[in-house]
Amino acid sequence: MVQLTAREAFGAGVRQAVPIMFGYGPIGVAYGVLARQAGLTLAQTVAMSIFVYAGSSQFIAAGMLGAGAGFLPIVSTTLLVNLRHLLMSAALSPHLGGLRRSFLALFAFHITDETFALHSANLDRGPAHPWLLLGINLASYGTWVLSSLLGGLFGSILPDPARLGLDFALPAMFIALLVVQLKGPVHMLVGGAAGALSVVIALLLPGNWNVVLASILAAGLGLVVSTCKSRSS
Amino acid sequence: MILAGMALVTYLTRVLPLLTLTEMRLPPLLLRWLSFIPVAVLGALLGPELLLEGGKLNFSIGNHHLLAALPSFIAAVKTRSLLWTVVAGMGAVVLLRSL
Repeated sequence: MVQLTAREAFGAGVRQAVPIMFGYGPIGVAYGVLARQAGLTLAQTVAMSIFVYAGSSQFIAAGMLGAGAGFLPIVSTTLLVNLRHLLMSAALSPHLGGLRRSFLALFAFHITDETFALHSANLDRGPAHPWLLLGINLASYGTWVLSSLLGGLFGSILPDPARLGLDFALPAMFIALLVVQLKGPVHMLVGGAAGALSVVIALLLPGNWNVVLASILAAGLGLVVSTCKSRSS
Repeated sequence: MILAGMALVTYLTRVLPLLTLTEMRLPPLLLRWLSFIPVAVLGALLGPELLLEGGKLNFSIGNHHLLAALPSFIAAVKTRSLLWTVVAGMGAVVLLRSL
């Protein structure tokens, strides 16, 4: 493995995060606009991005705050929407054994759907430079915080991101990272089953259970099928 | 107050598994299950992005995200590059919307 300096590794992480920045920019702006419309102050709007940093739950919470909901409903909804982090954090843990606990505590704050996907692609290839991981995290976080500030400040005078195709930046990134993860027939089965289950659960169940439940079930299917395959061969 | 509560529960979902599980020797079955989580999460995120519009299934050619997924998949398989896949996908969406 080529030894990178901290600065080189951080720069490589920022470059890897460019698709995330494309995706977070317009979504962060949209969040800023919506939160102000719901009645949050500019300080509250940006503080939520700084301290919570979880896109879908921020949209939901801004709407609930605007509608006058209280502490318990908002906090419990936030917990429910963000339960999927438990899975992602657990899936990263076998790869991050040798690292300091203070690093892990900082690193964990920046786990999102998108950074998780990049991290697991990097860690699949072996141990990654901690500064590479931090570069991915801080570029994504900075974009989110800055764009929600811009949305909160300038709101509706910004151009429509859909015209630039920016609404497809994150789905396209998921496609690229999914293709890397399709290492064999069992992985293809798991990815396809997760996608189908997630759609069905989203159609049937209210709330945001689809990603958590579909991931748990599809990974379970992968475990069963791979165990049967290794038994029969 | 509400914001502090939101920040706390969100951080706990992110930090608890990482801080506890890195210290433990996990059973091989659990490790193998966890090794399928990345591909499962990606599939679970992508399915609704491509197939649902406004909470409803949309298999029509009016679904630009579903159509743009095809050039994105081809670009991803051919180039194995994040950036080129995103460029192909966003370009396809812009093109479809201009038709």
